[in-house]
Amino acid sequence: MLYREAGDFKTSYVADSQTFPIKFDRIRYYIIVAIAFGVVPFFINDYWANAVFVPFLIYAIAAIGLNILTGYCGQVSLGTGGFMAVGAYACYKLMTGMPDVPIIVHVILAGFITAGVGVLFGLPSLRIKGFYLAVATLAAQFFLVWLFNKVPWFYNYSASGQITAPERTLFGIAVTGANTPAWAKYLFCLVILFALAWLARNLTRGSVGRRWMAIRDMDIAAEIIGVNPLSAKLSAFAVSSFYIGIAGALFFSVYLGAVEVGEAFGIQKSFLVLFMIIIGGLGSIFGSFAGAAFLVLLPVFLKNFLVGQLGWATDLAAHIELMIVGGLIIFFLIVEPHGLNQLWRVAKEKLRLWPFPH
Amino acid sequence: MPDTFFYAVEVMLNGLMAGVMYALVALGFVLIFKASGIFNYAQGVLALFAALTLVGVMEGQVPFAHLINAVFGTNFHHFGFTVPAIAAILITVAVMTLLAILVERYILKHLVNQEPIILFMATIGLAYFLEGLGDVMWGADIKRLDVGLPKGISEGIETTTYEWFGYGFFIDRLDIVATIVAILLVLSLTLFSQYSKQGRALRAVADDHQAALSVGISLRFIWVLVWSIAGIVALVAGIMWGSKSGVQFSLALIALKALPVLMLGGFTSIPGAIVGGLIIGMGEKLFEFFIGPLVGGATENWFAYVLALIFLVFRPQGLFGERIIERV
Repeated sequence: MLYREAGDFKTSYVADSQTFPIKFDRIRYYIIVAIAFGVVPFFINDYWANAVFVPFLIYAIAAIGLNILTGYCGQVSLGTGGFMAVGAYACYKLMTGMPDVPIIVHVILAGFITAGVGVLFGLPSLRIKGFYLAVATLAAQFFLVWLFNKVPWFYNYSASGQITAPERTLFGIAVTGANTPAWAKYLFCLVILFALAWLARNLTRGSVGRRWMAIRDMDIAAEIIGVNPLSAKLSAFAVSSFYIGIAGALFFSVYLGAVEVGEAFGIQKSFLVLFMIIIGGLGSIFGSFAGAAFLVLLPVFLKNFLVGQLGWATDLAAHIELMIVGGLIIFFLIVEPHGLNQLWRVAKEKLRLWPFPH
Repeated sequence: MPDTFFYAVEVMLNGLMAGVMYALVALGFVLIFKASGIFNYAQGVLALFAALTLVGVMEGQVPFAHLINAVFGTNFHHFGFTVPAIAAILITVAVMTLLAILVERYILKHLVNQEPIILFMATIGLAYFLEGLGDVMWGADIKRLDVGLPKGISEGIETTTYEWFGYGFFIDRLDIVATIVAILLVLSLTLFSQYSKQGRALRAVADDHQAALSVGISLRFIWVLVWSIAGIVALVAGIMWGSKSGVQFSLALIALKALPVLMLGGFTSIPGAIVGGLIIGMGEKLFEFFIGPLVGGATENWFAYVLALIFLVFRPQGLFGERIIERV
């Protein structure tokens, strides 16, 4: 009763194959988008922006990126941190090199640069598969982090080795730098995420996405039926790196403002994003959002609960957080390998039939 | 002969010794991969956990002291006695075996027949869990591990080589011990798998799960066995690395060092792990020595990976790995 399909007729193929075919779903989606764009920016303050919303939006972009590569195309990558670093440093160099160009252009260009680097490191995927490839992408991770640490040109020869985002404005409002209002940060990331998620959703259900999925499910068979593995794998690497690069650029310029490469884009970041898509659900856009939200909120929640409520030491809380995250990964893999997305789908199925069990 | 040449030889020797240390960790990976097809990312954390437990037991630390104190408001950290190294090692072996049983019962059993990549991710989860558990149990501070292994520069070798070549080689005694231990470990593992009943069962499982099951070999027992052995190998690696550089979080990262070793040597081959370890150890030290100064140093972070990556493009199964055959 809650979720009704009766009377929801489709009279064209377009209507039948839309992203949210059920009217209730569609309305819910419009409401959420309306709230995200029309309500939240007016109420958001610095704490909520910095602790919850902005990291969530940025990680969601990175998770969609990795999900395209791992969830849709089946190429496990542990190089996410390195590619985010490419995005961040590309954005930094562009911001300082061309101060007059709007920041949005820099962010998108950073995405394209990362896509190029991603294709380069994706080349071995034509020969190497499975976890051999996962380990090979670690080469990208370590090499890129080392590169940004060692070559002073990348951080403009600054004494600390850090990169710091200068203030850049969009329509006269600061979006990077110290004077950025919370709502500007939020809205800037939200617009980019919305566009990218829309793009990803439509890419993955079109012919490109079907090619990726064919490669994921069985690459040899896909090759026989006429999917070119070269173009499919490399396009997945390119699109995925594009997303991850944009996430890295935003992570540096909007969220943190100043970044030290080893700390911000280390191997831990690669794992974090990988966990997001495992927990959220491999091969689903909604799963990327759910996983990102889950892993951004969990530490905030644990910190508030363990440190704030119980008064435990911070390091103890951090260790327990590790245990919980690790335990959850295993739990999800055992109980629901398709992640939160699948739980959500099951819940929807139940709601469609409610109150009748079957 | 010029001193640079001798210095390069010394660097190479030290690289070989370092390679032995990598091979020690890689061995644990190979064991588990052979017996169950699981790529066990948690091997490095197992080494850290084993070393933490060993130090904790030796010093008579109260497990979970930090947590208990936080919950009950008490304040105790030590039992007030110390345990001799041998007894502590035995207790740690028992703990690692218990861990193997728990891992089998609560994780592996539920993940039979899943894709390898899912199992790999599960071991990443396990690695996180164990890392947190180790820290909560024994505290996250850097600990000194001393089980009575000789340490420091060997003067004997230095003076002898000085007399022979006019150049004294600096070799760490701990590295020599590690080499001997690694050789013994590989020998005993080979003997075990060739001549004992369990070893034969283990090889049967590695060969074909289904066939092994049908002749009455308990897969679950074999998994517990192999994870226990991997735990013991991790303990040995943990002792060596812990004695060398203290027991701390970075120990878990040696797993990341062992991965390229495996890729080079092939996932299924014990000799491959040794040879891969030696190549990587020697290669990265020599690269750092010759090329490092030109590009700003610290090349050890990525050299092994890039080497393995380039190598894999030409031979995807590694040096000694089995050829991958795929069918539709």
